Amino acid sequence: MESQTHLLTWMTFFPLIGAVLVLITPSRAKTFIKQLAFVFTLPSLALGVQMLRLYDPAAGLQFVERVSWISYFNIEYYIGADGLSVPMLFLTVLLCPICILASWGINDRVKGYFALFLLLETGMLGVFSALDFFLFYVFWELMLLPMYFLIGIWGGPRREYAAIKFFLYTLFGSVFLLIAMIVIYLNTGGSFDLVALREQIASSPLGSAARVQWWLFLGMYVAFAIKIPAFPFHTWLPDAHVEAPTAISVILAGILLKMGTYGILRIAYPLFPEMAQQFALFIAIIALINIVYGALCAMAQTDLKKLVAYSSISHMGYVMLGMAALTPEGMNGAVLQMFNHGTITAMLFLLVGVIYDRAHHRNIDGFGGLAKNLPIYSGFTCLAFFASLGLPGLSGFISEALVFLGAFPVFMVITIIGLSGIVITAAYILWTYQRVFLGPLNEKYAELPDCSIREQVMLYPLAFIVILLGVFPHLILQIFQPTMMQLIEIVTKG
Amino acid sequence: MGNIESLAYFIPELILTATVLAVLFADVLGGEREGFDPPANFAFVGCVAAFLAHFTLYSLPSTPLFNGILIHDPFGAFFKGFFIFCTGVTTAMVIVSREVARFKKGEFCVIILCVCIGMCLVAASRDLLMIYLSLELMSLGSYVMAGFSRKIGPSEEASLKFVLYGGVSTGIMLFGISLLYGLTGGTSFEAVRSALAGAGSGIEPIAFLALLMVLVGVGYKVAMVPFHFWAPDVYEGAPTAVTAFLSVASKGTGFALLIRFFFSVFMQPAEGGWATLAPLHFDWGLTIAVLSAITMTVGNIGAYPQTNLKRLLAYSGVAHAGYLLMGVSLMTSTGVEAVIFYLVMYLFTNMTAFFVILVVSESLGTERIAGFRGLWRGAPVAAFMMTLALFSLVGLPPTAGFVGKLYLFYAVLQQKLYWLAVIGVLNSVLSLYYYARIIKAMYLETSSETEPAVHSSPLAGLILIVMAAPVLYFGVFWNPLVEYARYCAHLMQ
Repeated sequence: MESQTHLLTWMTFFPLIGAVLVLITPSRAKTFIKQLAFVFTLPSLALGVQMLRLYDPAAGLQFVERVSWISYFNIEYYIGADGLSVPMLFLTVLLCPICILASWGINDRVKGYFALFLLLETGMLGVFSALDFFLFYVFWELMLLPMYFLIGIWGGPRREYAAIKFFLYTLFGSVFLLIAMIVIYLNTGGSFDLVALREQIASSPLGSAARVQWWLFLGMYVAFAIKIPAFPFHTWLPDAHVEAPTAISVILAGILLKMGTYGILRIAYPLFPEMAQQFALFIAIIALINIVYGALCAMAQTDLKKLVAYSSISHMGYVMLGMAALTPEGMNGAVLQMFNHGTITAMLFLLVGVIYDRAHHRNIDGFGGLAKNLPIYSGFTCLAFFASLGLPGLSGFISEALVFLGAFPVFMVITIIGLSGIVITAAYILWTYQRVFLGPLNEKYAELPDCSIREQVMLYPLAFIVILLGVFPHLILQIFQPTMMQLIEIVTKG
Repeated sequence: MGNIESLAYFIPELILTATVLAVLFADVLGGEREGFDPPANFAFVGCVAAFLAHFTLYSLPSTPLFNGILIHDPFGAFFKGFFIFCTGVTTAMVIVSREVARFKKGEFCVIILCVCIGMCLVAASRDLLMIYLSLELMSLGSYVMAGFSRKIGPSEEASLKFVLYGGVSTGIMLFGISLLYGLTGGTSFEAVRSALAGAGSGIEPIAFLALLMVLVGVGYKVAMVPFHFWAPDVYEGAPTAVTAFLSVASKGTGFALLIRFFFSVFMQPAEGGWATLAPLHFDWGLTIAVLSAITMTVGNIGAYPQTNLKRLLAYSGVAHAGYLLMGVSLMTSTGVEAVIFYLVMYLFTNMTAFFVILVVSESLGTERIAGFRGLWRGAPVAAFMMTLALFSLVGLPPTAGFVGKLYLFYAVLQQKLYWLAVIGVLNSVLSLYYYARIIKAMYLETSSETEPAVHSSPLAGLILIVMAAPVLYFGVFWNPLVEYARYCAHLMQ
């Protein structure tokens, strides 16, 4: 179904127009630049809402646009959205304006920050909408550049180290993706078309070369696992998250991590269904390590932001476990968890940012009794914390339950051990809440102001979604369910 | 084709020769007055004219020239254009900078134009003697150019090292050429090849030795390991404009020679590509593939501890020679296309990087990475262009460097040389770290002193934008460049 409205193109490139406008604005006009950047994320959000309204779950790939780009290599500007990309695209356009609001406190090199941020948004939306392998790769790499500067210039004390570490890790992964891409291209007679590639591979010499497939799948897995980040490639994440400014942590945890799992579901699984089955146990074991090890690490942290960072590693483990199970509940749970983790962890990082702006430290033991004077802030934190530990009625519960339901029949032992992750998560979250918000008030922070209007505007939409999806998960489940069922059919049949 | 008819295929070189004479006269007549440099401007105009004239070559049919001593084919035409373009840019860099003393600019331009003519002849030679002569014309000029800086000490050291290394490697190459002559009794490529094809397998060891010896000469020009030791010292000591010229044009000459010589002498056209000449069994492709893997790794590791930008880019140049050698080692047309594509992108990228160094170091008086701290504040445009060039050298989209690497790896994987591709991509990752150090200095660190003030003329800014724009443009719209590279990969036997 060709789209006449170019909805996805406009959604993807509106922020880029904003970036150019920000660049030509004089750097003195700081507030104007911030307003401009905010305004230019809104059309994408509006288009995202429109996309949700227009999307017909039964119809498969939609909003397709296809134009030849590099005809010599059969590269196309080929974008579209299916049930897998729609939630991710929506998550991106939703978080970006919120992050601009969260960046209001940036006062150093304002112009560069917001221009790079908008460029980053274009890159992320491009990744989620690309259906041409080459295009996907270009957007995938394009994101690295703004991210490097955003962490490296506006980050915390160890920002330079964190930025280059993030850059090197991700580039290391993506070069293997590049090799896999070229090998596939050469073997299928010159195709980058992600939709058609599955059948083209099956009918090419590659279709029967299990050894080559194994290596290619491994290469892709490394590229995507670094982004997730799956054990043992996770060590960049705590550094990057802790050093990045609040808004960038939100983007990192909320969107960038999802690109790893999105890449596996979009590219690795459908292209090599047999390998997806072969690797299932391996991915499940890695997922288990992520869940338990991530949670244990989180428990040991004294820095609030680092705690949230490690909890992300743990929560992405659920996504991987659901993916590995290859059952309807598991796969749907995985995608739902991707979306839910995006909103919940975004809230958590925003909340950490709020308290850091006031107290200028993030030491968990350095607070105490904050609930007394900061009722709104404590309320939001309470909601986000409980959503994160999977309290029924909030969105995190549904996705975790689905993942475990789906994984149990396939990996019984792993799932049972994995369930301990929930207990550990509950432990560190409740313990943290107790140390920061309960107990006697730390007199040093008696005068802290509660959340401002701007901060509440950032948090309300996310809180609303967390509660809404906790009660009516089918609102979003129905979007990607048909797509996931189709993917399961492809993988298990192959 | 006879001498007179051949002149129609020789117009760019003729224009360059006329320019040499014009510059000489202008220089003599102008004397050593301050504030007079039409000679350099003449040279620049001559380069522009020769570059425009080289476009007429593409429409001419491939044919031997001057009774078979030179050849005209798209491959040669491409390299002529490449060298003339480099010369023009270098001349412009000399005009806008103060590196070369004003009254010496005319002299400098005469030499660089002669070097350029030598390079054009290398790309078109199909005779052992002609290759040697044109290579010497180019080398001798380059030695002098390296010593042209105002900073007497390092520049002269650079020049001397250049001569010593260059003399030895050219000598070895000449010995290889004489072996080939002894084996075959001919000097033209055609004669050598047919004699090799007709000879028994007994000559193989000597033929291989000759090949290796020629490779020494070429390896020196492109800074291939283990003949790269001159590069860091010469790059550091020579005037920045000359360094830029050497890093691009000299490397290009090496590759033109390597492909022209090896493909014409040791190979024969086979269906859909090329194959090693029938009676020879040695796999020189693999030899070069191994050397390329070593070269890129040594280059990238060598760049790590560098604190001087020009030295760092010298090692980066070694690494890029390694990437380019991958393309040659494949012995396929796709490989040659990839080399041509890569050279075009390398031209714009490296020239941009060196031009920024030139402009900044003239204002700040330092070529050290530490001197670039906080550059974005004093010179945002220069810092941005440098960043663009560095990302292109790493090979990140959306820059031309990414497409260049993609094309190379595509050619490598087409030949199923997986190990080489993996070493290549890991080297790209390795290189990110030291390129990022420069970016880090420019953007992430702040200068200890007051903000660095960079003064540059509007003309310099214009040249910079002209050089940097293709880096971005060809990264996104590279269809025309692919088309061009495919056309230029046609070698005539």
